Amino acid sequence: MSVLVYTENWDGKFKKLTFELVSYAAGVAKMIGTSVTAVSIGKVDETELKKLGNYGAGKIISVNNEQLTTLDNQAYTSVISDISIKENATVIILANNNTGKAIAPRLSVRLKAGIGSGISKLPINLNPFTVYKRTYSGNAYAHLVIKSDIKILTLAQNSFDLIGTPDTATIENITVSVDGSLIKTLVKDVQKQSGKILLTDADIVVSGGRGMKSPDNWPSLVELATLLGAATACSRPVSDEGWRPHEEHTGQTGKIIAPNLYIAVGISGATQHLAGISSSKYIVAINSDKDAPIFEAAQYGIVGDAMKVLPKLVEAVRSAKK
Amino acid sequence: MKILVCISNVPDTTTKIKFAAGNTSIDTTGVQWVINPWDELSLTRALELKDDASTGVKSVTVIHVGQASSEPTIRKALAIGADDAIRVNAESSDAWFVASQIAEVVRKEQFDIIFCGIESSDYNGSAVGGMISEFLGIPSVSAVSGVKIENGQPVLIREIDGGKEIVSVPVPFVAVVQKGISKEPRIAAMRGIMMARTKPVKLIEPLAVNALTEIAEFEKPAPRAACKYIDAENPAQLIDLLQNEAKVI
Repeated sequence: MSVLVYTENWDGKFKKLTFELVSYAAGVAKMIGTSVTAVSIGKVDETELKKLGNYGAGKIISVNNEQLTTLDNQAYTSVISDISIKENATVIILANNNTGKAIAPRLSVRLKAGIGSGISKLPINLNPFTVYKRTYSGNAYAHLVIKSDIKILTLAQNSFDLIGTPDTATIENITVSVDGSLIKTLVKDVQKQSGKILLTDADIVVSGGRGMKSPDNWPSLVELATLLGAATACSRPVSDEGWRPHEEHTGQTGKIIAPNLYIAVGISGATQHLAGISSSKYIVAINSDKDAPIFEAAQYGIVGDAMKVLPKLVEAVRSAKK
Repeated sequence: MKILVCISNVPDTTTKIKFAAGNTSIDTTGVQWVINPWDELSLTRALELKDDASTGVKSVTVIHVGQASSEPTIRKALAIGADDAIRVNAESSDAWFVASQIAEVVRKEQFDIIFCGIESSDYNGSAVGGMISEFLGIPSVSAVSGVKIENGQPVLIREIDGGKEIVSVPVPFVAVVQKGISKEPRIAAMRGIMMARTKPVKLIEPLAVNALTEIAEFEKPAPRAACKYIDAENPAQLIDLLQNEAKVI
């Protein structure tokens, strides 16, 4: 018996999200009285792999295969599914990100395992196995009972604290043969921006809405973000108008994020917007309309014109930094 | 080429969610039901592909697993422009159940591209599309924000962290789509609404499949503390609170 966790890497490096996953897996393993096996696919060096041990992975299985350098959902599912059978995994944990969402459902069918997705807390109960699951885009939470023998959970980013342990992990390098005919998705081109803080990884996000009035007013918002080491985001009308790129759209149909701090500038806070940001630890609202629903979601609020407040805020951060 | 678009029937996204007695289901009184937003965008893209004769797309079918009460949502999809519809006559108990039903239909009727939204706005499961592909043993591409057909070959845009990949994949496959797949959902015109009344909706009885998950109860999210207001003339106070009270900067 074991808890298996898929530890994704980005160009050979793990992220905070990876360690959150391992910490969570260690928490689940402790509840059911077993150990954590981490599975890494791709080229990751030993120093990096060992870091997984610091968060509670007892065993690390590293699969390095040239055919698996880009994500092919079928091939990855096949590798992870074979390892989970070999390791007798009863709980399998992945991130609730693009990769996790691509693999978890396929794994579910392979292993006849029910899925609990977007989980943010340890299971409520082991018998029956019950997890606390976000539903209705954050407007309700379900106590979801997973009835199958094997359970798959996908963990929401930035929802579970890192828990360090002094354990050291054993590393097992394995080679798997992948049937080349199984690999059907061919990546023809990759377009990547570099040097920008990723919205989904950012601890702080500064986001602008229609209250910013014009794309010409963005420099002060970007300046605030730069000073805070934050990523920039926007509301849906702003991306629909083409004021900002659609990658910045946070909300129900855009990106769902959970930073430590979300600063909403000139955003009224429609239900659909809140659905994308309500898991943020702290929300600051700056809006000229004192009745805007964003203030109901916020812990700190300033009622005022964004264009007047932003320069003062930039100044305040500057002097606080001195 | 034949396209299948999977649609969920969900409460309008502005609905204030309330629970029915016992907290095991939502109170549907006064709820407006709509096509799940990502499914509506997929349907729009599927119709755009069909409108372009060079793609070779001949038909767009929608499929829904649900009871007769979801008929208006299916008719709406037909009014927007789908050629025909399939309804599997069963309550959609969980992702495993729904995906089993849709996979069974695809096995019999053969579609080339199967579109699924990245999640339904009610259950937020993100599972049905991937499950259908694995039941059928066909490729799936997730986080798809663009679909084109070039010289008869599908070319997709897949979102990755900080960028995108251009991916080719042979038919049949499942595309799990997100924002960007089409700009705005297509709106039904009067002519479409009239025509939808006579378009075929095929009724299929479900396979006997047991759900793997079950919702024991719902609860509301924990309420947030009341907002602390800071004078617009004094944002330095906000910075002080963020540094020393919230400790987030």
